[in-house]
Amino acid sequence: MSATTLTDPRGADRIRHLPFWLGAVGVALAVFLALRLIGNEYGYYAGYFVLQYVVLASAWNILGGYAGYVNFGAAGFLAAGAYTAIFVRKAFGFDLIPGILCAAVVTGLLGLGTGYLTLRLRGVYFSIATLCLAVVLQTLVVNWDYVGGSRGAYVIRPMTIPPFASYGEYIFLVMLALAVITVGIARTVEVSRLGRGLQAIRDNERAAEAVGVPTLRLKLMATALCGALMGVAGAPLPYYSGYLNPDAAFSLAFAVNAIAMPLIGGAGTWAGPVIGAVLLASLQQAATVTISSALNLWIVGWILVIFVTIAPRGILGWFGKR
Amino acid sequence: MASSSGLEIASIDAGYGAVRVLQGVSLSVPPGQTVVLLGTNGNGKTTLMRSIMGQVRPTAGSIRATLDGQTVDLLGLEPQQVVELGIVLVPEGRRLFPRLSVEQNLRLGAFRATARAKLDENLALCYEMFPRLAERRSQLVGSMSGGEQQMVALGRAVMTAPRILLVDEPSVGLAPILVSRTMEMIALMKERLGLTVLMAEQNFHQAVKIADRGYVIVHGHIEFEGKSAEALQDNELVRQVYLGL
Repeated sequence: MSATTLTDPRGADRIRHLPFWLGAVGVALAVFLALRLIGNEYGYYAGYFVLQYVVLASAWNILGGYAGYVNFGAAGFLAAGAYTAIFVRKAFGFDLIPGILCAAVVTGLLGLGTGYLTLRLRGVYFSIATLCLAVVLQTLVVNWDYVGGSRGAYVIRPMTIPPFASYGEYIFLVMLALAVITVGIARTVEVSRLGRGLQAIRDNERAAEAVGVPTLRLKLMATALCGALMGVAGAPLPYYSGYLNPDAAFSLAFAVNAIAMPLIGGAGTWAGPVIGAVLLASLQQAATVTISSALNLWIVGWILVIFVTIAPRGILGWFGKR
Repeated sequence: MASSSGLEIASIDAGYGAVRVLQGVSLSVPPGQTVVLLGTNGNGKTTLMRSIMGQVRPTAGSIRATLDGQTVDLLGLEPQQVVELGIVLVPEGRRLFPRLSVEQNLRLGAFRATARAKLDENLALCYEMFPRLAERRSQLVGSMSGGEQQMVALGRAVMTAPRILLVDEPSVGLAPILVSRTMEMIALMKERLGLTVLMAEQNFHQAVKIADRGYVIVHGHIEFEGKSAEALQDNELVRQVYLGL
């Protein structure tokens, strides 16, 4: 056989994980040390704001970027995570970390259920269904008095949590860890058989079926994972802001940013949502403190229009990397 | 390699919603043969292929496959279960994954457990049969020519470790010289893998070159069964429908 020498498994399918994790932890440490050197409490709060979007955008990308199913309900999943944290705190006295785990389980199941009910819908119909989910959830929460209803819920924060220098530092570090884990999961999905199966679904669902890809099962895995990670992005939110009401939790900003950030960074790659989130969230945070907080979505809209016209495959696509 | 796998389709009805496309279609694909299903557009060739794969659910009749001496009822199985049994469809218009590379497309063919066990072996076979694919393994499939894409589609089918190969209109959108090459590639695959082949085709002259037997389907009915390539060529109906004589 003349061509056998060509069949060595190439680098493309032998992805090494250790360098990635070392690099990710290294970057996270550098960010933390830089903020610590600056020593300003605001740095932690701004950092948290950016990192929650890294988690949210990476989560959206698993279903939207790889499988091509556009989820408009990101705010719904994020809020479900946040309200799960509030609920388990009030009902069982759970603190932040167990709250995050509960949120992951609840929103993971929510994602699985949503997937089961909606994944027979394709294209725009799936998107409409997810949008409806967010509206339904918001209505439920507004009318659920136990978690505060439309009045909102308070989380009284301690001044400090030893050994951390301040509460801001603590909540920032929690979100930093979540971001590293989420990006790592997204990357693992991308290079795994699950990821390749999802990409096949995006390119041609019927053909994927015809060669034996179990499309429904893969999509359910993706919706569950995507839902769980979005819930994780939202769970620390009440602890971060100290107060949460349905309007803030179901904010349009979450739904729009969850889509805009991966698209601008480069959907369908693990790095794309990270780049998009860091860029857009920093810009919005800067605009909030310098111009006005009401301008946020206006800015996102403009950037999105610009990218759709000149770089439809995002920043990574612009530089020729897939 | 002699194949011991065949298909037996008995009087199936199938369609989409209220539209009945196939009515009482019976067809036999004996082990080791290449059977062609001839018919012009809209006569039910693709629906028959999809029925075998479980993508369309027949409302009556039976579809049985014999795989290594064991008879399996295909009705009610999911497409991925049918693939797992060793039956694969090369869909009309190829239906590749355009934004993935050649090698990624091929690897997707080996998604199921049995095929995955033979992944390296089948990949080597693909590259040996289609050296062009080895040269272009990292090229995005969407940027390839029609003939090359047809090779990827056939290669992807090889990767599922099939015993019965279904090919739906491989000539669509290809230049005449490439249609001829595609027929040769299918014949080569059949020989190398010991396959049984069922191919739906409009292009009579090309299809009949590799056919052991054939059926003519008109408006969802089998109108003619030819036990040999000669029988097909000499038949009056075939001459009317295809040769305009």
